[in-house]
Amino acid sequence: MAVTWSGRWNHVRKVTERTGPFAHPDFEPSTETLQFLQEVCHILVIGAGGLGCELLKDLALLGIRNIDVIDMDTIDVSNLNRQFLFRPKDVGKTKAETAANFINLRIPGCNVTAHFAKIQDFDASFYRKFHIIVCGLDSIIARRWINGMLISMLSYEDGELDQSSIIPMVDGGTEGFKGNARVILPGMTACVDCTLDLYPPQVNFPLCTIAHTPRLPEHCIEYVRILLWPKEEPFGAGVAIDGDDPAHVSWILEKSQERANEYNISGITYRLTQGVVKRIIPAVASTNAVIAAACATEVFKLATSCCQPLNNYMNFTDIEGVYTYTFEAEKKDDCVACSQKPQNISFCESDKLQDILTYLLESTTYQMKSPSITTAINGKNRTLYMQSVKSIEEKTRANLKKSLAELELCSGQELYVADPTTPSSLTFILQMGTKME
Amino acid sequence: MIKLFSLKQQKKDGESAPERGKKSSAAQLRIQKDINELNLPKTCDVNFPDPDDLLSFKLIISPDEGFYRGGRFVFSFKVGQGYPHDPPKVKCETMVYHPNIDLEGNVCLNILREDWKPVLTINSIVYGLQYLFLEPNPEDPLNREAAEVLQSNRRLFEQNVSKSMRGGHIGSVYFERCLK
Ligand SMILES: [Zn+2]
Repeated sequence: MAVTWSGRWNHVRKVTERTGPFAHPDFEPSTETLQFLQEVCHILVIGAGGLGCELLKDLALLGIRNIDVIDMDTIDVSNLNRQFLFRPKDVGKTKAETAANFINLRIPGCNVTAHFAKIQDFDASFYRKFHIIVCGLDSIIARRWINGMLISMLSYEDGELDQSSIIPMVDGGTEGFKGNARVILPGMTACVDCTLDLYPPQVNFPLCTIAHTPRLPEHCIEYVRILLWPKEEPFGAGVAIDGDDPAHVSWILEKSQERANEYNISGITYRLTQGVVKRIIPAVASTNAVIAAACATEVFKLATSCCQPLNNYMNFTDIEGVYTYTFEAEKKDDCVACSQKPQNISFCESDKLQDILTYLLESTTYQMKSPSITTAINGKNRTLYMQSVKSIEEKTRANLKKSLAELELCSGQELYVADPTTPSSLTFILQMGTKME
Repeated sequence: MIKLFSLKQQKKDGESAPERGKKSSAAQLRIQKDINELNLPKTCDVNFPDPDDLLSFKLIISPDEGFYRGGRFVFSFKVGQGYPHDPPKVKCETMVYHPNIDLEGNVCLNILREDWKPVLTINSIVYGLQYLFLEPNPEDPLNREAAEVLQSNRRLFEQNVSKSMRGGHIGSVYFERCLK
């Protein structure tokens, strides 16, 4: 099949082959830019749901051909109203593969690779392959995970950030008629954890209202979910609620209805019950389209430098009319994820943990008061020493007398140190061999 | 403003730098900070069954004044990867006759649910729980019987609390002894 035809990319070339007042100062109009987009640029899309379908379509139509997409879900019939790469025959198939196949068939030359997986299944060597990562996620935990991954991949030379180690993250989010798009340059601009306050908290009703003074159908469902389920364990001891299991949802529905009748509350349906249990916020197709378009535009700007990227957070609502507001979210000095540059400390294998502790307490640079030291070995967290909590101090005191070799700490190991003198924990990278003066 | 990539014609491969080993999560780093800076009132103690797992621990409150003086109450804390966006899950493991704690150990404390904010810490919750024992609040009842007694007859409430802490029946419910 002919992969291109005359005039196919005119809409993109208008921007990449001419300059303009908003172009990046270093931007040079050139035919190579489109070539770069098509042949070299490698983008990762995380999520193939409402935002993900839009993103894949937008990016592919902008000329980006090398796209990977990760999604861990399969297609549900309720997705079909807005996740337009899926058809009724696709219900039950994986979102990632179905979306990738659709784009590859529909947009000649495009090469989308699907990963039916969780983001946590991949390590830094996978994520390093991409020029830009764009997220259409509905989970804050997943966002924080990828944010942490990109920050951990930064490298520093003499305390200076090596800019070639930055992989920009473009993040979109929607909730009903509200949405936001943001650009994160890990290590340089506000990250997900810097702005944790901006993410709407989960709606939690007061427990006493749920227990004794319900007024809304949601209160009745929450009563069954939080208080009745653990008490009655209708599907066996320790069985957690599965919002996709019709038997579970039906049981909750029935009990919620009984409770609602007691309090003269109406409006409990299967759909509402499942929505409350799974904490579904109704998705609006047009909001997804707007936010995905904003994100895809940012990817395009970053990849081509044809325009300065969003700086750095855009809010959007179309509840009454259309409103957007853009502001610069600030990088926080005490952000647990991005505030510190990992610092090297040198010790010998025969040095004891006590030597590191003494160094942190006595060195003129740190002068800490009661540092705790943790690390992660093979993905498992380990508390090496913590003075301030008696039960931990007693169990970790013996580590102080052990050598770093005995503690299985090798060169390159990260040590996380929290101390009242620093606003956030510090990360140290252990350099083994030469003794520090 | 930096130009991000010297992108021109630069293919990426995943093979370059060696990995530094899996990094600790943001939730993990934040809880380490919280725990390291716990400033416990003298009536409270924390216990970590596994010191490597800072996400799961017990808080023991032994009030030295108020209705619950002399008792010993154990709370379990489970901190998830969503922390501090999401609050920890806290349950009372000691059966207690208390207006704001039900017989299954659910606790009605605003900062554990509707008023939780990421700026709050484990310390904030410790103080919140301690306060529940000093000032049980009959306005927000979970154990409604206890709340009604507290509102109508403080003297009887006090007797019921003492009786429950010594081990005994209040109505049909048996409370295990939890005196220190
Ligand atoms: Zn940050």
